[in-house]
Amino acid sequence: MFSLKNIRLITQPLNNDNPITIQVLGVCSALAVTVKLKPAFVMAVSVIVVTALSNWVTSLLRKTIPPRIRIIVQLTIIALLVILVDQFLKAFVFDVSKQLSVFVGLIITNCIVMGRLEAFAMANKPWQSLLDGFGNGLGYGIILIIVAFFRELLGSGTLWNYKVIPDAFYNAGYFDNGFMILPPMALILVGAIIWVQRYRNKDLIDKS
Amino acid sequence: MIEYFNIFIKSIFIDNMIFAYFLGMCSYLAVSRTVKTSSGLGLAVMFVLVITVPVNYLIDNYLLKKGALSWLGDSFANLDLSFLSFIMFIAVIASMVQLVEMVVEKVSPPLYSALGIFLPLIAVNCAILGGSLFMQEREYNNIGEAFSFGLGSGVGWWLAIVSIAAIREKIKYSQVPAPLRGLGITFIITGLMGIAFMSFLGIKI
Repeated sequence: MFSLKNIRLITQPLNNDNPITIQVLGVCSALAVTVKLKPAFVMAVSVIVVTALSNWVTSLLRKTIPPRIRIIVQLTIIALLVILVDQFLKAFVFDVSKQLSVFVGLIITNCIVMGRLEAFAMANKPWQSLLDGFGNGLGYGIILIIVAFFRELLGSGTLWNYKVIPDAFYNAGYFDNGFMILPPMALILVGAIIWVQRYRNKDLIDKS
Repeated sequence: MIEYFNIFIKSIFIDNMIFAYFLGMCSYLAVSRTVKTSSGLGLAVMFVLVITVPVNYLIDNYLLKKGALSWLGDSFANLDLSFLSFIMFIAVIASMVQLVEMVVEKVSPPLYSALGIFLPLIAVNCAILGGSLFMQEREYNNIGEAFSFGLGSGVGWWLAIVSIAAIREKIKYSQVPAPLRGLGITFIITGLMGIAFMSFLGIKI
């Protein structure tokens, strides 16, 4: 059940097979929700739930889904799970759900979910698919948390809405970098993460 | 008339799908190697947005919103089906893409061979669903406004992907640090272009 091969399904996406920086999937929603840690964390958990469960359900149904209409069937499964997540967020963390606005709905078209269903769940057993979905959701979440950590720390001087930069700094002339809160900095930060990752692992460098 | 134009300009430059909301990044990064193909994809996205946003506007206003079903009679007046909007929108988009594909194939084979491979991809492009969800969230007053929002977003997306493709064609000849080559530098250039586009924020319309 937890053999080495299965564990690798979870650890690979965290590092050398990361959905965002290597497979380039699901960038769309990854960047817009990272101004603060809290919405980024909620978004990460929602995506983990949706990828893991949709991978599992699709894998259970993989022999009965007719190949010609598989996209519609997959979209229906994903949309159903996203509606559940959305209603749950609206009921229990309404303020975060307002901040995430359309991006919860956009998990439906998040390429990670579709990509994993096509590439993994349609050809593998349910348990492996569940682990693979969980791992890829986690890999996505890690990048979200890293980006949000830097943007919130440098942009507003807080972490999870608690002040971490002491007032003495501000009195000495320190300013929050307002630029970090703006959308373009998310792109540049992800670019920097890719740079660090490929610098440490030369195999990942683009040949062309 | 002027408000339609304002929404159009605003959705191209200020609320640009790529630079302000990062919608449709996956295909934006994957298909932006040459100007010709990226222009084809941009046109296809524009085409589908122009059709799906107004259609989803009608569905939202006459089927899903709270009180939208009142045309059926008093007993339906208080029904709120808006939790179904995700699944309705994605169904409309998937079927519209299929329909557009068939119509284009019959009516204009040259256009079909130009857009052909991109059309099925568009059903899962975040920009299309994002357009419909933003339309729902911003509560446009009538279908004309929804139409000009769809058109403007499509033009903005096309503009973004064509300009990044033009830059990427040139960057092939420059000395980018090896770990940044390809994906990394594309992210950073997109960020810089986003900063440039932020100068439009000052326009008051």
